[in-house]
Amino acid sequence: MNTELLGIIFTYAITLLIGIPLGIYLAKMFAGEKVWTDFLKPIEKGIYKLSGINPDESMNWKQHMKALLTINMVWLVYGFFALMFQDKLPLNPDGNAGQSADLAFNSVISFVVNCNLQHYSGESGATYFTQHFVFMFLQFVSAATGIAAAVVLFKAFRDKTTTNLGNFWVFFVRSITRLLLPLSVVMAIVLAFNGTTTSYEGKDQFISLQGDTVHVSRGPAAGFVAIKHLGTNGGGWFGVNSTHPIENPNYLTNMVEAISQVIIPIAMIFAFGYFIRRKKMAWVIFGIMTLGMMLLLVPTIISETGGSPAIAKMGISQLTGAMEGKEVRFGPTASAYWSTITTIISTGSVNAMHDSTMPLTGMYQLIAMMMNCFYGGCGVGILNYFIFIIIAVFISGLMVGRTPEFLGHKVEAREVKIASIIALLHPFIILVGTALAAYTITYFPGADWVVKPSSWLNNPGFHGFSEMLYENTSAAANNGSGFEGLGDNNTFWNVLTGFVLILGRFLPIIGPVAIAGLLASKKYIPESAGTLKTDTLTFGFMTFVVIVIIAALAFFPALTLGPLAEYFTLIK
Amino acid sequence: MKRYIIQSLRLTVVLMVLLCVIYPLAIAFAGKFTPGAGSGEKVIKNGKVVGYALIGQSFTKPEYFWGRPSAVGYNAAGSGGSNKGPSNADYLKEVSARADTLLKYHPYLKKSDIPADLVTASGSGLDPDISEQGAIIQIKRVAKYRGLTDRAVAELVVKNTEGPLWGMFGPSKVNVLKLNVALDELKK
Repeated sequence: MNTELLGIIFTYAITLLIGIPLGIYLAKMFAGEKVWTDFLKPIEKGIYKLSGINPDESMNWKQHMKALLTINMVWLVYGFFALMFQDKLPLNPDGNAGQSADLAFNSVISFVVNCNLQHYSGESGATYFTQHFVFMFLQFVSAATGIAAAVVLFKAFRDKTTTNLGNFWVFFVRSITRLLLPLSVVMAIVLAFNGTTTSYEGKDQFISLQGDTVHVSRGPAAGFVAIKHLGTNGGGWFGVNSTHPIENPNYLTNMVEAISQVIIPIAMIFAFGYFIRRKKMAWVIFGIMTLGMMLLLVPTIISETGGSPAIAKMGISQLTGAMEGKEVRFGPTASAYWSTITTIISTGSVNAMHDSTMPLTGMYQLIAMMMNCFYGGCGVGILNYFIFIIIAVFISGLMVGRTPEFLGHKVEAREVKIASIIALLHPFIILVGTALAAYTITYFPGADWVVKPSSWLNNPGFHGFSEMLYENTSAAANNGSGFEGLGDNNTFWNVLTGFVLILGRFLPIIGPVAIAGLLASKKYIPESAGTLKTDTLTFGFMTFVVIVIIAALAFFPALTLGPLAEYFTLIK
Repeated sequence: MKRYIIQSLRLTVVLMVLLCVIYPLAIAFAGKFTPGAGSGEKVIKNGKVVGYALIGQSFTKPEYFWGRPSAVGYNAAGSGGSNKGPSNADYLKEVSARADTLLKYHPYLKKSDIPADLVTASGSGLDPDISEQGAIIQIKRVAKYRGLTDRAVAELVVKNTEGPLWGMFGPSKVNVLKLNVALDELKK
């Protein structure tokens, strides 16, 4: 077997070896049972005290959402101004300028919502201050927000009937102190010892071997790269993200970064099952999500290692696969693996340029983000999947003629309405956003803007359409990767995706938590022979079918216009 | 509501101290003990810094091994890929032209000897490596321009080829800068 394939199999195996036990640990930790990290309790107590938080206060689902939205709003306002005036703040050794209002609007939203779309480039668009106090800070807290929201949902199904769903601040702080921060420290040190820079020195200059003068951007990137993956954020220290040799120096760091972005999403599935004492359910959800991932991963690897048909026609040898936009130290197989995990999980970091991947690979990346629930982002993955569970419960209930129930609670019109709205919101914002962009570019190509719409696209034809579709999909899924050829740092894209980002984040968090809160407050109906069992494989497949049908019906026409059309012109 | 706002503000400040000051400083401290002391590992020739081990640089002279094409001209202060789509006609012409240039400088090659990494731009524009095949096909040219035997140059290539991680995982690669420094030092 070739070493590139062996590399990704090993990577995935280690991911499971860490992710599953981590989930069991999280279940115990969030339930307040004894765990080995309890020695950190004094630090947490200090944090609560300094913040005026009473950790024993219990909240219902509405209070949870109020707390969540309030603190997120604080970050939005603070981050916006910090980015605009970063040139006047300290820690700016490279003398970079402040961000324009529309860019700051987009940047701060995209980091608050755990997306990290990045219409700026780290080398020139941010300072060491904003990299730390805005971007890295938000990478920690946005991931913790998602995890805390998921724990609220877990809590709703642990007890039979309850409105007491724990304390939001406690879930939030513990996500950082007991999970994200300790793992980040370990990972940052591994990266540092493999060559990722850690010092605060600014740009360096040297004369190359051939005599050219070269400037090198550097900076304390290791800690940033660690949390960007663990928190499924994906925003890079440098413009090209984990393709950059300092952010991702070798094959070992590539494995570490690929593993670290998947472990928490996988852990959250098992945390759910163990927390609500239904282990079988965790395994079924995990199985279905893994099936979804494999169905995207295998064809992606085939598509990338097969190489570019156009370059093959020239007679050039593509020994290991397509190389445009890829790095030699990773190779096409590891880049194919990365492209799948970074899109099913809403990381959005890249170790190769997605714009230059093969047409079908691009389609699989799009589908992964359109479904957005195979493992999914930190906390929000399981929330997205939960929406589909509710719809599947409803449809199966109708099919067998029984009142739909989930874990002993009747699922009624109100819950199904919320679930349907959330499920349809995703295709709605993606397609409307893309339509708006396509309309603008067609009818106003020469509009007198800083960047004319006619010069948005880096590639003509079908691929150009894919660039716009990808940008909107990535924003709605809070993914953050891009077909980076798109000229996206201008008012139109900054504002459009800014709104897509906000809609794609908060409603899909509030919706599932609301459903869970409503269900938990209903009377508990003990399981009987007539109960629809939701932890069976049959029900798992039912959920899978719901996901596929919704995505296929909503997105097939758009995919036909973009990647599919390009594929068929390329192989003809 | 007001209570949540005040709690949010206070919690934000407390977490900033932990996450944006203590955490990165601790990592920066640990970084002092790494090979490049946290500032990046440098490559030194005759006591002078000629580059960073991880950052590829432009090589165009015929007596050096060449790296991969770069969409940003190996600008280490502004990384970037070409972001060209696979069906872009202009892009395909460029690839074809690169192959022709390679054939001009290496008349002993067939087109099918050229590996894709030598005619496609890397993702970062700073790829420090080329594939093993990419180095092998350049041996004869480099040897000719340097007045060395093919064998001496080939030996250097073998010495500078890094195999898969732990002999099992991932591709082999050749660091172009290190190989070229070794070449220059061979001459003396």
